Amino acid sequence: MPQPIHLKDPGGDSRIFIARTLFSALLVLALMGMILARYYDLQINDYEIYRTQSERNRVQLQSLPPKRGLIYDRNGVLLADNRPSHILSIIRERVDDLDATLGELQTLLPISESDLENFQQKLQRRRPYEAVPLRFRLTEEERALLAVNRHRMPGVTVDAQLVRHYPYGDLFSHAVGYVGRINEQEAERLDERDYRGTFHVGKVGVEKFYEDLLLGEVGYQNVETNAHGRVLRVLERFDPVPGADITLHLDFHLQQTAVEALGGQRGAVVAIDPLTGGVLALVSTPGYDSNLFVNGISSADYKILRNSPDVPLFNRAVQGQYPPGSTVKPMMAMAGLQSGLVTPETTVADPGWYSLPGDSRRYRDWILKIRGTGHAPRVDMHMAVAESCDVYFYDLARRLTIDRMHDYLLGYGLGQRTGVDTTNERPGVLPSTRWKRDAMNQPWYPGETLSAGIGQGYMLATPMQLAAATSVLATRGLYRAPRLLRSIAGEPQLSDPRETISAPPAYWDAVHESMVAVVHSTRGTARKIGEGMRYQMASKTGTSQVIGIAQNAIYVESEVAERHRNHGLFIAFAPYEAPTIAVAVIVENGGGASAASPIARAVLDAWLVDEAPVEEASGDASGEVPGQAPGAALVDE
Amino acid sequence: MSDYVRQLQIPGDSSDLSRRAPLALRLHLDLPLLLLLTLLTVFGLVVLYSAAGQKMAALIRQGQYFLLAFCVMFVAAQIDLKRYQRWSPWFYVLGVMLLVGVMFFGVGAKGAQRWLSVGGFRFQPSEILKLVMPLTVAWYLSSRGLPPRFKYVIACLLLVALPSGLILMQPDLGTALLIAASGLFVLFVAGIGWSYILGAFLLACLSAWPVWMYVLKGYQKQRILTLLNPESDKLGAGWNIIQSKTAIGSGGWDGKGWLNGTQSQLDFLPESHTDFIIAVLAEEFGMRGVLALMGIYLLIVLRGFWITVRANSNFGRMVAGSVTLTFFVYIFVNMGMVAGLLPVVGVPLPLVSAGGTSVVTLMAGFGLLMAVATADSGRLR
Repeated sequence: MPQPIHLKDPGGDSRIFIARTLFSALLVLALMGMILARYYDLQINDYEIYRTQSERNRVQLQSLPPKRGLIYDRNGVLLADNRPSHILSIIRERVDDLDATLGELQTLLPISESDLENFQQKLQRRRPYEAVPLRFRLTEEERALLAVNRHRMPGVTVDAQLVRHYPYGDLFSHAVGYVGRINEQEAERLDERDYRGTFHVGKVGVEKFYEDLLLGEVGYQNVETNAHGRVLRVLERFDPVPGADITLHLDFHLQQTAVEALGGQRGAVVAIDPLTGGVLALVSTPGYDSNLFVNGISSADYKILRNSPDVPLFNRAVQGQYPPGSTVKPMMAMAGLQSGLVTPETTVADPGWYSLPGDSRRYRDWILKIRGTGHAPRVDMHMAVAESCDVYFYDLARRLTIDRMHDYLLGYGLGQRTGVDTTNERPGVLPSTRWKRDAMNQPWYPGETLSAGIGQGYMLATPMQLAAATSVLATRGLYRAPRLLRSIAGEPQLSDPRETISAPPAYWDAVHESMVAVVHSTRGTARKIGEGMRYQMASKTGTSQVIGIAQNAIYVESEVAERHRNHGLFIAFAPYEAPTIAVAVIVENGGGASAASPIARAVLDAWLVDEAPVEEASGDASGEVPGQAPGAALVDE
Repeated sequence: MSDYVRQLQIPGDSSDLSRRAPLALRLHLDLPLLLLLTLLTVFGLVVLYSAAGQKMAALIRQGQYFLLAFCVMFVAAQIDLKRYQRWSPWFYVLGVMLLVGVMFFGVGAKGAQRWLSVGGFRFQPSEILKLVMPLTVAWYLSSRGLPPRFKYVIACLLLVALPSGLILMQPDLGTALLIAASGLFVLFVAGIGWSYILGAFLLACLSAWPVWMYVLKGYQKQRILTLLNPESDKLGAGWNIIQSKTAIGSGGWDGKGWLNGTQSQLDFLPESHTDFIIAVLAEEFGMRGVLALMGIYLLIVLRGFWITVRANSNFGRMVAGSVTLTFFVYIFVNMGMVAGLLPVVGVPLPLVSAGGTSVVTLMAGFGLLMAVATADSGRLR
């Protein structure tokens, strides 16, 4: 026997093996039962939980923000477009410890307090699976840093999004406005659904006024993502509808010309096409770079803008309310003719001052301090407008009375918002006895009528209102609400004219001729700018006092602090025979109208004479080349 | 003699044997086991194709491993049990020497030295021990009477401790424990007293603290901690467990369908074609698939036990019992860890997970089992 020991107790050995094997088998069955119980628990009892979890793993609902509509000038120059910008966002439900993640991000790239604040506000509004933006405009370097560290920070994503860009941010800041990140108040007001996936909203100007048009409609998609968050396929998709592209009446060349002509002075220029009401230029200087606001302006930049004495954020063209001064005189002249109180031949004695009957107080003409006497022994309407005679209009105003003056001037759109399609427009003031009672609870004094007659005193108008009023003069009584919007996606938007002033053509002829004489006569107040002009313009100068002058004091420009100098105003339309442009210019503390008139000349030249390079380069979408035809016709005159 | 008598006590057995002898016994194959193993490998390949990202190349490579493994099994089955008995101490010595060699000349990755590289061919000496360990302990005990006396138990423990310790130092905790278990299973099957087992259990409990403090490395402790609370580290070590549980749970009873498991196909499941392949099966085939796999495993284990009981030498019984129990440990540890019951240790799902080494080792083990099943049968006849 090779194994004697083996044979010693084979039966006993066998029993041991059987017992141990049986025990092992039972143990195996028990442990397998345990394993199966665990799988049963996972797969049957908690099936719903894990099924949901795996769906959540797999499927992600993404909102697809619409592309914001583009904004063009009348010749197709892009004023507002969209450019890709990289945004750092966080998906809340994928982050375990938000504070830790934010802390870690802050070690990688700069995140400002306002970024964080904005983020926290949005975080409460968005659903947990939605990406909430934290930092905009990531640099190349920041993106690389994030890419390297991303695996440590789940829920942190970097997406490219189209973000508003203003190629001419400084030039069109007040004309176009800007978009900015949605703030808390806006988030409350805006429809949460419409703005899902959209981080910006129009804040001011055209961008705000036409927000609904420009926004478009949000789309959605359900996407299947893998463990690395990469989208593998789109399960379901509802495309966003892009916002409408809009074309404005604004003319790039004209706008540029106006800004250059203002040459750094504080002021405003509004140019209107009288035939359409289209706003050709809307300038308020100083402006600012609209792009600063798009992704949240830094507090340092904002402080500079906010605290500047030149108030660059103030849109002088529609918010600035100035005494219109002598620019109301043509309208006053029309009122005189309409009322029958004067004819073009009526004359008024002009000693250089005017007194109310039974009152010794002298209301001086501006000419008095220059010549020591009036414009002429007797002044008629033509001269009164051309040379801006105050005495003539003091007399007219007294006879017209303030309330009738109010009624006549109402037809030019003074004292009420023009309804121009932009934001923050102010109504100005067209005084009347009722107005003074309502506004100040005071009676009207006769002397105040004289001030009103030359556009001083309580009377206030915005440059937009003055341009609209000039347009009414140019169209012989047709009022068109000024419009910035020219067409939506190529569809022209027309505004209907309203005849607000009905008068015989002879009256208009008389007033227009007197306005022509302002520039095109030897004694006109703006004759200096007429040199070499290839067309005829009808215009009116104006000066509005910033500080009151005492009864016997004399205003000497050089002695007055710059901020207290008079504002210079100028209104004009041209060509005189067939007006295609009406313009209002104000130069704050310019001293007088002579500061404003050359700017108007430059703008009119640009519209009527210049071969604008922009117009040539980019063909007008509507096929119309404005300014060229009338300008060319005038060359022959 | 008594073995012979017992064989004869089964009516008709000898005549059956004589008729079936040419087919199975002469080739030393256990047909039920072979059938079950074939079934398992086919099922495994089906799951693997899905788990490996539906790459045919992975399937072909695994198929080649299986072919090789079946050849190894066939060869292992042909070798006479006595030869195993005679060779096992020498293999043991060779294995330990190789393990020592690993300590000095080993190559490896991620801070662990586990491989020996010979002429461009890399292999893990610890794999050899998986078979040599039970053979050696069985060899030692088979000539010393059962149940083993105390000094022999101690000797066995030393036999087990030497290679296990060497492997633990590589470090490879999973393999060390498996190899130690395969040796201890021999002792168990050999019938060591329950007092030893109870004592060992108490000792294990007592040594838990020092082991935790001084033996386990940081990542190993992390695995255990993660098991206790996977949510604590959702995206680090806990990620695997959470995702595998999600995969298993979301499979439900019916499963999501072959190739349609989102967890596995979309890369949420880590190691989906190796250690965590059961999660793919559970996700795509549901609880039904798990039960089917478990059924095949159970039948294989029961067949192993049957062979253990039916073996006609103590050496064969001890070896068969140990091989079977070790096979079950693979199943239990793998399925338990993927389902979040046990800590994550690198144990593959036997014959399903991708990989050549474990398949070859396992099939060699089954070859051994078949050698036991068919041992002495010729002589008996």
